[in-house]
Formats: sequence, structure tokens, C-alpha cells
Amino acid sequence: MNMYTKIANNGVNVEALVGAREALTEAPAGAQFKWRATCDWVNGTHCNSTIEGFYGLGEEQKHKKCFTFDADHPEIFAAEDNGITPVEYVLVGLASCLTAGVASVAQYRNIQLRSVRAMIEGDMDIQGILGIDSDVRNGYEGIRVNFEIDADASQEEIEAVVAQSQKRSAVFDIITNPTQVEVAVK
Amino acid sequence: MKMTAVRTRPPVVGDVTTIIIGAGQAGLAASRCLDQRGIDHLILERGEVANSWRRERWDSLKLLTPNWQTTLPGHAYQGADPDGFMGVGELVDFFDDYARRISAPVVTGTCVESVSATERGYRVSTNRGVWHCRTVIMASGAFNVPVLPRFAEALPTSVQSLTPHDYKNPDQIEQGGVMVVGASATGLQLASEIQASGRPVTLCVGEHVRLPRRYRGRDILHWMHCMGLLDEGYGEVEDIKRARRLPSAQLVGTGEHRDLDLNGLTAKGVQLVGRLAGVHKQQLQFSGSLNNVCKMGDLKMNRLLRSVDEWIDERGLGAEFLPAEELLNTALDDKQKLSLDLAKGEIKTVVWACGFRPDYSWLQVPVLDRKQRLVHDGGVTAAPGLYALGLPFMRRRKSSFIFGAGDDARDICDHLASYVAESVSMTSIAVA
Repeated sequence: MNMYTKIANNGVNVEALVGAREALTEAPAGAQFKWRATCDWVNGTHCNSTIEGFYGLGEEQKHKKCFTFDADHPEIFAAEDNGITPVEYVLVGLASCLTAGVASVAQYRNIQLRSVRAMIEGDMDIQGILGIDSDVRNGYEGIRVNFEIDADASQEEIEAVVAQSQKRSAVFDIITNPTQVEVAVK
Repeated sequence: MKMTAVRTRPPVVGDVTTIIIGAGQAGLAASRCLDQRGIDHLILERGEVANSWRRERWDSLKLLTPNWQTTLPGHAYQGADPDGFMGVGELVDFFDDYARRISAPVVTGTCVESVSATERGYRVSTNRGVWHCRTVIMASGAFNVPVLPRFAEALPTSVQSLTPHDYKNPDQIEQGGVMVVGASATGLQLASEIQASGRPVTLCVGEHVRLPRRYRGRDILHWMHCMGLLDEGYGEVEDIKRARRLPSAQLVGTGEHRDLDLNGLTAKGVQLVGRLAGVHKQQLQFSGSLNNVCKMGDLKMNRLLRSVDEWIDERGLGAEFLPAEELLNTALDDKQKLSLDLAKGEIKTVVWACGFRPDYSWLQVPVLDRKQRLVHDGGVTAAPGLYALGLPFMRRRKSSFIFGAGDDARDICDHLASYVAESVSMTSIAVA
């Protein structure tokens, strides 16, 4: 085991997370969350999404402020490039989730991080979305994440932190496992 | 008068201090411990001694633990092959001998239908009458009911579905492809023998525990024993809930002491896919997390092997054993299968090796949580006088192993004995 005399500080409040885990074990209803986004079409493939409220701990909750996100497509798609593409938002989601997980797990294991960078790349054959070849899927065929981590820990310990981060990641689960999606029109 | 190990007539139904439910390793060990403490008791057994071993195991199964480790309180393996692994027949004989030797008061063919609390203890109702007792030890096993994922019901009826309790040998399954769900010792052993029978196997791999059979010339359980890992207490590990949920390590007991791992199965032609994540009409969907679960299995195994090396080095014993070794990481295809269309007919049979759970359907004492799991503190429940034995990591890492039954039984019987003594003195005070 590590012989740390210092207490790592990655800015993650592990006590609060552990406390929440204990509290929600006793009261599983509070663990039921709903995450929401509202997306408005602007023009062409340009859309603007707004996120403010969500539901959790038994009541409506709010972010500190309203966040907005532009999505569009690059000019080579004959669009205006007013924002990143939706598929890039997926990469943002996965990389952010895994990186936050690395910080949390490292904190829990008392490993001081100096820097963490995730480089993420997804392979996509756009013959799928263009309807050229029905054997090609629309989504990513594969996603690779490469971490560069500078920390007070051995290579094996860092790898174990990254593995645990994947195990506990919501977005990793969303991408690697099927989810039922219902789309309705009012 | 002692009762004989195997009864032919039902005993007199009535009052006894302790009822033990189940005559497996845990129940027999408890019986011997109660005997030593002078506590009168009966073992109610739905079938015969070692019933689950006789009826709910597949033909080729051998113990995962070497013979030298197959011990019960006051009873050890006496044969010529201490490093070998017992088959089920030999193990049943071992238990029968033990039951006879300790004159265990086993009442066979007696199925417990309900246990409920009374003013003075418990009422145990069976197919052969009702017993009243002050205390109950539930030693009915941890592997009563095979666990199936929620979506197992969605599997098309054209595919044969088997649990490890149904499975005896490959001959009982149709020719054609077989999907084995689960990467525990059970999943890998079944995958291995089904593949060898000429039925191509697809193995769904979630989180698992990888271990080599031998390391540096000794059985891995030898090292875990030396290092005190098997005696580690339930209060000493960081996350006991997780430790109790861990699947059995990927081990098999064979004369050649061979490894049982994913690389070995791949080499024999087994196709590895991710955890079975869903069934949608004819489509089986696999998780894309295979790389990570294998990485975790490799990392954890390596951590254990390095701690074996350290243990040897600290004692300066390096020269006495084979040199330290790096095992190959689990090799996976770059392109992994994420779905499988059952309509294509390549899979004829699914074997669910997703773990087991104890059956408490007969327990009418409020000691279960909302997921019907027993709430206990090292086998001691919140209901006075109601105890468990033989559950995974109940008091120690070895709790659900045969050789783990003895220490747990001693602890539980000590607790039980002082509870009985206390309640007796309470009664005499009340009477006075």
C-alpha cells in the first residue's frame, strides 16, 4: 500500500460523496434524478440548447446559472459552423465524465494529481448517416481515450484509477450499453 | 442418546434449543461446535447430507481448493494426494464420514417451510411437523437460486435456457452454438468443457476475478493462506458489500493444475464478448466495456502476485521458490462483437452463469432488506437467536469455503451459547 503522509487535494469533496452514498443507501428515492435539456432550432443545422433545471434528492434543482450550447456542423458539411457537432458533444461528455472520475477516484485513494489530460477520438464512417451503405452504423464504430496523467503514484496505481473511473462512469455506461429511447411529437 | 447421522424415521417433533437448517459444511461444523458446548440441537436437511453438492452441481466439477485445504473442525483429508482436487463424489463421502464421526443429529428429508418468531424463540415448520426452538442457525447455503438478469425472460423461446443447477454435462445440450453468460469459475469451466465438446461457445464477460492456479511453484491458495488473506475479517476490508458480491475466482481443480483464464479459452476458440447488456427482440446486445473489465482483472491479479513476491522477499525466501513471473495480459480482438442476431440461428443454448443467491422465501422474520438480502453483522442478525453460516465473506474471506466453515461456526456458536445462557438466566429471574 501507499505510504502517504500527505493528504492529497484534488479539489474533490470525497467526504460529501461518501456521505451522500450512505444517505442515499438509506433513502433510495432521493437517488432518483432526471437530467434535462431543451433544444431550439435556429437555422440550417444550427441549434441552441439550454440547460438549467434538473430533478434530484426528491425535488426540483437548478444549476447556478442557465447554460447554453450551440451545435452545428463544419463548413465542409455545407453548414455555418456555429458550434461543435452533436457527436463531438458526446466526446465532450465521455471525456469530461472519465476525467472527473479520475479526479474523484484519485482523491478517494489519496493520490495527488498534478495534471490530467484525456485525448479522445471516435471513428465514424459517414456512409452511415448519409445513407450510402446500410451495413454501416450511424454512430461511432469505436472510441479511444488516451490519458496523460501526472500524479504521485505508480503506473499501475494510475491505471487502476483510470479503470475504476470507467467502472463508475455514467457516460461510459451510456455509450457502452443500450438505452431505450422514446421520441414523441406533441 | 445421540441420533445417528442418517435417520430413517422422523424424530419426535417438539422442543430443542437450536435448529440448524442445512447439513452441508456449515451445518455440520455448527453441529460439532454446539455439541462441544453442550447445546442440544437438530439439523433439518431437505434431502441428504451435502444435498446441494449431490444434486445441484455439474458432473465434472472438482473443488477449487486443494485437498489439504478440505477440512472441517476435527476432520481433515487423509488421502494420498493433498495437492489434488476432490470431485463431488469424494466430497460427499467426506461429508458423510464427518456426519457419522461426529454423530450429527441430522433429520433428512425434512424441508423447512417457514421460520417465524415466537415469544420464546422460533417456530420452525416443515413438511414433517413443527419444531420450537430458542435459536436457529441458517446454514442452508448461499447458492440456492441461480441469478438471472432481468431481461432473461425476453430471450426467444427458440433458444434453450439453462442454469448451472440444470447443467450436468455437454451431452444434454443441442449441437450448435452456446452462449455462456458470466465469467466466474462456473462460467469459465462450463465454457471450456462445452467448447471442447464441439459446440462453439460465445462467452459474455463482465467484471471477474482472474487468478493463476499456481504461482512460483505453489497453489495460489497456498499463498493466500500464508499471507493471511483467507483469514481476513469482514471488518478489515474497505468495502465489505463489494467483497461479498465478488464472483468466484477463475480457477479449476485439475490433476495438471492448469490455469483457467480468458486467454486459454480464446486459444481454444471461445469467442469473448462484453457483458450481456440487453435482449431486444432477436438481438442480443453486449456491453462495450470488455476492455476495461479485462484490464481490471489483470491489474488486480498482478497486484496480488506482486504482494506474493513481496511476502517472499521480506522473508528472504526467494531462492526456495520459482522466480517471479509476469503473466500475459488478457488479449482481446481489436473489433469486438457488440450484438448478435439470434434469428441467424448460430446460438442454440444460453447458459446463465451469473451467480447465485440464498433462498429465504421461508423466512418470516424481518431481517431481510428491500432486495431480500439477509441483513447481518458477521452472521448475527438483528433478531435475537437467529444466525447465518456459510455466506460469502460472512466473517472472513474464507467463510463460504469448506475449510472456512469451522472458524465461523465457532464464533457463531460462542455467540449463540452466551445468548442461550443469558436468556436462561433471564427466565430464572423472571420465574424467581
